[in-house]
Order: sequence, then C-alpha cells, then structure tokens
Amino acid sequence: MSGLTTKDHAELAEIFNKDEARVDWHDETLWWIRAKRDKAVHNIPGWETLRETASQIKNNVLSNLNQYLVQFEANAKANGITIHWAANGAEHNKIVHDILVRQGVNRMVKSKSMLTEELHLNEYLAENGIDVIDSDLGERIVQLAKEPPSHIVLPCIHKKKEEIGELFHQYLGTPAGNADPQFLTETARHHLRETFLTRKVALTGVNFAVAETGEFVVCTNEGNADMGAHLADVHIASMGFEKIIPERKHLGVFLRLLTRSATGQPITTYSSHFSKPRPGQEMHIIIVDNGRSIQLGRPEFRNSLKCIRCGACMNTCPVYRRSGGHSYHNAISGPIGAILAPNLDMEKYADLPFASTLCGSCSNVCPVKIDIHDQLYKWRQVIVKNGYATATKKAGMKVMTFTLSNPAIYHTGGKIGRWVMKHAPFAVNNKLNPWYKQRDMPEPPKESFGEWYAKNRKGS
Amino acid sequence: MPIIINCLPKNGQNNHPIIMTVGLFIPCYVDQFYPGAAIACLELLEKLGVTVVYPKNQTCCGQPMANSGFEHLTHGCNELFIKNFAEFDYIVAPSGSCVLHIRDHLHDDKNPDKAAHISNRIYEFTSFLTDVLKVESLPSKFPHKVGMHQSCHGQRGLHLSSMTELVAPTFSKPGSLLNMVEGIEIVSLNRGDECCGFGGTFCVAEEAVSVKMGKDRVDDHLEHGAEYITGVDMSCLMHMEGILNRQGSKVKVLHIAEILNGK
Repeated sequence: MSGLTTKDHAELAEIFNKDEARVDWHDETLWWIRAKRDKAVHNIPGWETLRETASQIKNNVLSNLNQYLVQFEANAKANGITIHWAANGAEHNKIVHDILVRQGVNRMVKSKSMLTEELHLNEYLAENGIDVIDSDLGERIVQLAKEPPSHIVLPCIHKKKEEIGELFHQYLGTPAGNADPQFLTETARHHLRETFLTRKVALTGVNFAVAETGEFVVCTNEGNADMGAHLADVHIASMGFEKIIPERKHLGVFLRLLTRSATGQPITTYSSHFSKPRPGQEMHIIIVDNGRSIQLGRPEFRNSLKCIRCGACMNTCPVYRRSGGHSYHNAISGPIGAILAPNLDMEKYADLPFASTLCGSCSNVCPVKIDIHDQLYKWRQVIVKNGYATATKKAGMKVMTFTLSNPAIYHTGGKIGRWVMKHAPFAVNNKLNPWYKQRDMPEPPKESFGEWYAKNRKGS
Repeated sequence: MPIIINCLPKNGQNNHPIIMTVGLFIPCYVDQFYPGAAIACLELLEKLGVTVVYPKNQTCCGQPMANSGFEHLTHGCNELFIKNFAEFDYIVAPSGSCVLHIRDHLHDDKNPDKAAHISNRIYEFTSFLTDVLKVESLPSKFPHKVGMHQSCHGQRGLHLSSMTELVAPTFSKPGSLLNMVEGIEIVSLNRGDECCGFGGTFCVAEEAVSVKMGKDRVDDHLEHGAEYITGVDMSCLMHMEGILNRQGSKVKVLHIAEILNGK
C-alpha cells in the first residue's frame, strides 16, 4: 500500500528469500493452484477458442467503450440504479464518503474489491472516521494484520494457518495456538454475521457490467458480497470502466474462463446478478477511470485493460511465487500488476517490468490473452526512455553496446576477460559480483570458438 | 555464394538438391565460454551435408541491451548483424533466445529488406534440423540419464515444444532429436517447463529470485536422477551449471548439439 516502502522489487524479494523454507512453501502453494487450473482447463477441449473469443469481445469493448458505458449508464438508470463517474481515487472515495454521511453511518461492510485497494478507500475512510470491515475471509485476515493483500484472488496466500490462528487469537478471541482452518473459518463467520446484520451500507466490487441490461455481476466463493448487499439499505458497487461487457450472453464466455483460470473451479460458488435495487434499497454504481483512459490511449499497453482479475498470471509466475505479492509494492501484484502499475506512476513502479525473466508463461495462462510478457518488454523500453534507469545501468549498457558493436574490441575484450578469469579469478570471484554470490563462474576455455574456427577451418 | 548440396546422409526422405549456405551465428557468451557447444553445432551441420560459414566479425544479437530497456542502443549490433548475415540463405544459431530476439527485434531503417530476410531465415539449431533439414536419424550415442531443460524463449517464443499452459497437442522438436540418440534416457520432471531464472540481466539484477529459481530447477533434475542437463540455450545451462558447481554436484550441463553430435 502507499507509503509502506521505498525498497524496490529486487530488494524486497531478497528479504523474502532469506527464509528459503517459506519461499518453498509459498511457491508450492501457488503451484498447486496452477496445477488445479491446468487440470480444469484441460477438461475443456475448446479452451483456446474460449480464450480467443474472450479476447476478441474485450477488443470490441475497448474500441467502443464510450458507447458501451453510455448504454450501460442509461440501462442501469432505467433500472433505478444511481450512476456516479469518478475520474480518480479522490473522487471515488469522496462519493463513497458522501453516501455514508448522507446515511448518517460511520461504518460499512465491504466485499472483495481490488479497485478500492488501488484507490486506498479504506485508509481514506478511516481518516474520516469510518470503520470498514472487509467481509472476504482473506481480506479480513490481511485487514486484521494491517497488511495489503498479496494476491488479487487469494489476499492472504502469504500467511500460514498458524499465523492466522495467532491473529484471530489477538483480535477475535480464539484460543491461543488454535490453527484449525475449520474452526477459524467458523469464528470468522460468526464475527462477520454480526457485521452483516448491523451495517446499513455495503460496498461490493463488480466483475462484469452488462451494457445491454444495465446489470452487474459479482463473483465470490463465500457469498459475502450477497450477504452484505442483501442486508444493507444501501449497496454501492465500485467498478473500473473496463469491466463492461456488451451483452449478457457474453457472461457464458467469461464466467467459464474466470474461475477455471483463478482456482481451477468450474465456476465461482456465487455469480450474483444485481440489476435493480430491491424496494426501499438504494443502489449506486461508481464508474472509475483512475488512469485507465491514459492506458487506453497507449496502443502498446491498452490490452492490459482486458484483465478480468483472475490471478492466473501470478500463480504461474516463477518470480511471483518466489518473491511474494508484497515485493511488488502495488495493490495489484505479479505480472499483470507490473504492466498496470507503471501507467499510474512510472517512476515509483519503474522496477516492476524488470521483475521478470520474460518466460512468457503469464501470457499463456491469461484467459483474455493479454500479451503480458511482451508488454513487460515494451514497458522496459518506455521506462528507460523516460529516464528512470539508474546511472550505473546506463553507463554499463553504453560500455556493453560499444564493445558489442565493435568486433575487434569484443575479441580483445573477450580474450582479456578469459585470461583474467583463469589467472586472476579473484577479480571476478568476489562479493562485488552478484553472479558469484551463489553461483560459480563458468570455467574459461583456452580459446574462444572464433579462435578455434580460425585454426580449424582454414581458408573459410 | 550459394552452392548446391544434395547429400543429407541418414535421411532417405530428402533427395532433392537444396541450394543453400548457412551462416552460423554463435552468441557472444557461447563464443567466449562454451566453444564446445559451437563446435558441436558446426560439426553436426557439416556431417548433415550443409555448407556452413562462420562470419568472423560477429559479436552479439543485442538482446542484453534490449531486454534491459535499451533497445534504442542496439543499432550498432543490428547493423553488424546485417552486415555479417544478410547474404546467407539461412542463419542458424545454437540458442533459442538470441534467435527469438533477432526474429522479433532486428531492424535497420537503412536496410529493412535485409533485416526482414534475416528475421525470416534465422533458425534455432534444433528446429533447423527438424524443420528445414527434416532429419530423421542421427549417428550419435549417449548412454546416460539426461534431463531436458525447456528454455522459455525457444519453447514459448519459437514454439520449439508444446507448452503446459496451453490446451494443445504435445510435441517437442529438441525432444524428437534426442530420441534419435542411441542409449539416451530422458528423465521426466515435476515441472516440465518452468523457467530456470536466468533471464539475461535479471540473473544479477534480481539475484535472489534468479538463484532460487535455478536451485529449484536443478533440484527437479537431480531428484529424477539426471546425470546431464541439456537444452537449446547455453545461457540457462550456464546459470544452472553455476549452481551445480557451487553445490559440488557431479551433474554436468551440455548443449543439446553436443549430445546430438555424439562426441
């Protein structure tokens, strides 16, 4: 979350890696979810067609967003929903606060919404004396721990059950040392039930907003969005403007993709359609831009707005699994976070597109076929051109370019380098060389291939 | 410059003369640190009847700069690459990663046609054997347990093998060649196509994660009894070799060309 850190991904990842057993546990937990995803998608023979279809629908959405948004607004209004437009986080947060003030309440229940994490709604409301309780179990856990979520679908995936037991002991009065997931979940359920019954205002996210009907769909496994919204007098739904889909039938594509990609389930336990307020209820939708228009205007990066927030790219990312979500120091972590964040603040998030080997696995699992790893490469170019590379890196790259553009210098340099490695290995085998810290240097051969070739293929 | 060759030994399928000369591109770090991989590549191509020329003024494809965000500095490398390789019918390199870079990013405003020619005609070594030469047998023997590392750029970038993320038929171009080697036993892995963590400058910029990824990859091969780890990219192998050697392991890395060449 904001202001938590000034360390970059590499530094935070290095700290995370100090406890190797924990890294193994984190990696294996997420790999297990990736494996579940694989099993689920391999049961769908038309999986790749489904991905392509979703990608094309989103292409259409991004190219006609203005029309779909206006259509959605008109239909939602006709259904009795109040529509608000927010250009940024400040506007969004004020709209929410104003509604709460109008209702005369100082507390609210909120189901999962990565958008409100992005906009730092909880902090804003806390500063204004409003108590927010997150009703998604994972979100509630990180909220108790005063941490941001480390994963968009599995907010507390970085926490072991014993640590959750300790948090519950501290905040919810469970017996010390009890880390039984069943027991802890039951405790959370009782604690949240009281919350659901006593909150007049509930905020939910939006997974899909259907332009054709003016309805929106919220997907949860816990039913917590429904509990909050059905019991509250006021339902506020916050959505990034890219959540639009043209028609209700398109849900048949996206709902099949979303949870298989996310957790390997065929579908979320609850896929709830909200189309109009029940009698006596107020329903608000806040449609948020917060940098999305700028991203839409970047031809190389606009496809990132296709994202349906399944988290598959995180689960498959070998770097994410071994560095943890918090090392991305952004509400949205992992590969997708790394291509969304620089749009919001290029300087602050200049490190994220480099936190990747460009292995390409993220693009392969993406249910809407975002070219994530290609965008990581492209962001690197943009970040460097905008001057956010360190002076050391710039200097190093210039020397490298000079050497590699001049064959004579390259040949001499290579020869000297190999000689040094053979006769003065301490010059490279030292702690200033990050390669050498945990890896041996390659054994320098007596001659390069070029030298061998000159001797062995004479006349060539 | 082009000459006619019609002798593709051990390959009864292709009796038609092919007019071609292959330019051999040896990536800079292979040239400097792993001449054995380059020699194996050259020798096997020659055994298969291909005329191979190694332009001596070659250096690097430019990928280290480009992947670090400095693609705008690669024009010197691009011009040099075009100067060295524009005349060849095919360009072959023992690296999926460098080939992918040339395919995707080689450009030269002064010589766009030459750049396009190279991008279209450059092949990673094993796919040149399977797709152009259509090799169906090899005279090599390697009676060892071998772990095959799927280098990501070759696999996911050049589609040398099927990918576990996709719902698609399985295949492997380098794997099909290894299966032609007498006595070889390819070990299965827990994670068949996870990245080793080399990643170019990532290996030093993100040292902690890079090493952890490498250790995990190596462990998978060791757990399955591999005596050798092979692959199409020496860079991944160099990274894993660094870890193996630091651990004092007897397990060796070998570029796939060295196994296919049978020496």
